[in-house]
Amino acid sequence: MQLARWWVIRGALSSREYWALAGLGMLLPLLAWLFVSGAGWVPKTFLPTPLEVLQRAREWLMEDELLTHMWISMYRVTAGFLLSALLAIPLGLWIGSFRPVQALFEPLTDFVRYMPAVAFVPLVMIWVGIEESAKIAIIFIGTFFQMVLMVAEDVRRVPMAQIEAAQTMGATRGEIMQLVIFQSAKPAILDTLRVTMGWAWTYLVVAELVAANSGIGYSILKAQRFLQTDKIFVGIMLIGLIGLLTDQLFRWVHRQRFPWLYRKS
Amino acid sequence: MVVSQIVTAKIRIGAAQKVFRDGAREVRALNDVSLEIQANEFVTLVGASGCGKSTLLRAIGGLETLTAGKIEVDGRSIAGPGVERAMVFQHYSLYPWLTVSENIRFSRQFSVNRRDVTSADVEIASGRADALLRLMGLQAFARAYPNQLSGGMQQRTAIARALMSRPSILVMDEPFGALDAQTRELMHDLLLHVFKMESTTIVFVTHDVDEAIYLGQRVVVMAPNPGRIDSIVPVPLPAPREQDMKLSPQFLQLKKQILERIRATSGLGSSKDLLEQLTREAAPA
Repeated sequence: MQLARWWVIRGALSSREYWALAGLGMLLPLLAWLFVSGAGWVPKTFLPTPLEVLQRAREWLMEDELLTHMWISMYRVTAGFLLSALLAIPLGLWIGSFRPVQALFEPLTDFVRYMPAVAFVPLVMIWVGIEESAKIAIIFIGTFFQMVLMVAEDVRRVPMAQIEAAQTMGATRGEIMQLVIFQSAKPAILDTLRVTMGWAWTYLVVAELVAANSGIGYSILKAQRFLQTDKIFVGIMLIGLIGLLTDQLFRWVHRQRFPWLYRKS
Repeated sequence: MVVSQIVTAKIRIGAAQKVFRDGAREVRALNDVSLEIQANEFVTLVGASGCGKSTLLRAIGGLETLTAGKIEVDGRSIAGPGVERAMVFQHYSLYPWLTVSENIRFSRQFSVNRRDVTSADVEIASGRADALLRLMGLQAFARAYPNQLSGGMQQRTAIARALMSRPSILVMDEPFGALDAQTRELMHDLLLHVFKMESTTIVFVTHDVDEAIYLGQRVVVMAPNPGRIDSIVPVPLPAPREQDMKLSPQFLQLKKQILERIRATSGLGSSKDLLEQLTREAAPA
């Protein structure tokens, strides 16, 4: 039986088969959507057809400043994400390298990260206000605490032998931090940034709950009020698409910056 | 004024104690260990697991502080790692983001090597790195990354890197433990060559008795519970060592003697006893 080899645990798969299956995985839901929405079984406010969604996307782009909404959302996500990375990387480096710093910050961070970012919306409005900074603050709250813990974990995974080898070669503590630990953890940290970037996007809709009048998240919320289901679809898929592209960009940078990870004899 | 001419050992370990605490449990990794190692001597440490051989080695490297006792190098008590004692680890110690050549030169960027540096020093260091690449047979791999190399090549790089700043002592923690048997034999002869060329002092931990005898001028047999020196076995084999010596009656006699001591002190009894015990337990009542 041909298919028997597909069920070998961790078995091999040719790249042709891989891409065929991947394409099928994307195509099947689309066909199902096409079929269910086209059959006229459900009202279009419940499920619009793919064509209606495409038309809405075109309309939004031409007449309703889709790009402006996209840029402002991208700005908010990027700003919140960068701010969080700027603080999380050094802090994570410290937590992962020094036990007292870990004791001081890690339990606290663990505690805060379980607090739902959505619940901070009213607080942020009181503390930060309703300006752009408030939206950035929500995305920051959603990503920062996770990022700190993940970076600390990346740093802890640096092999002790790499550190001890540097010690016996006469490196100072600062040199070990900078030339060994940070360098060694860099690929893992970039992967952490890639994963947390995805989370930053998921907090966008929450962030744009705060007195926004622009952005994709805001547009989705507004479309709901007018029962523009097709527009909700456009917004959600757009976020998915931007996320996918950013993810690929991070992977590309990873391959460019850390060639030794991809080079085998 | 009388200047006393005392011949000091290269490394002097005096009544070394190391106690690890794990909650209420106390483990005596080293109990009253004293040992002198002469300059340009090759000493190997063997023993059953838990005998403290690695702890002792790491203490010499300065990576482990003693609970009591002291270690002197050239008559001076050590406190932490020092550039005169370079360590080679079993694995994962190379920097995967640097090429072989960059790994070897890695320590050049440390401030300790940049103080009062002249252009002549830089030239010497550069020549030194090239010489080490050649000595270790790594010229063709100078620009390769560690994960492109075999395990043996990786360890050659680690040894070359350790030798870069001309340490007087090489401290080696089972450096060939992860290599296959054939590669290990090649590494033994290479290391003996390096030992001769660089005239360093080598302290070498292994769990392989053949390796300990073949490389060492003295084999220090350690025993567990508490970690201590059981016996010190001089190896009267002539230098240069050759692979065929491993089959000589003299070599086999030494191996038998050392293995007997390891088995006697391992706390497991002999493997024969263990087998008998297992057979008894498995037999139906």
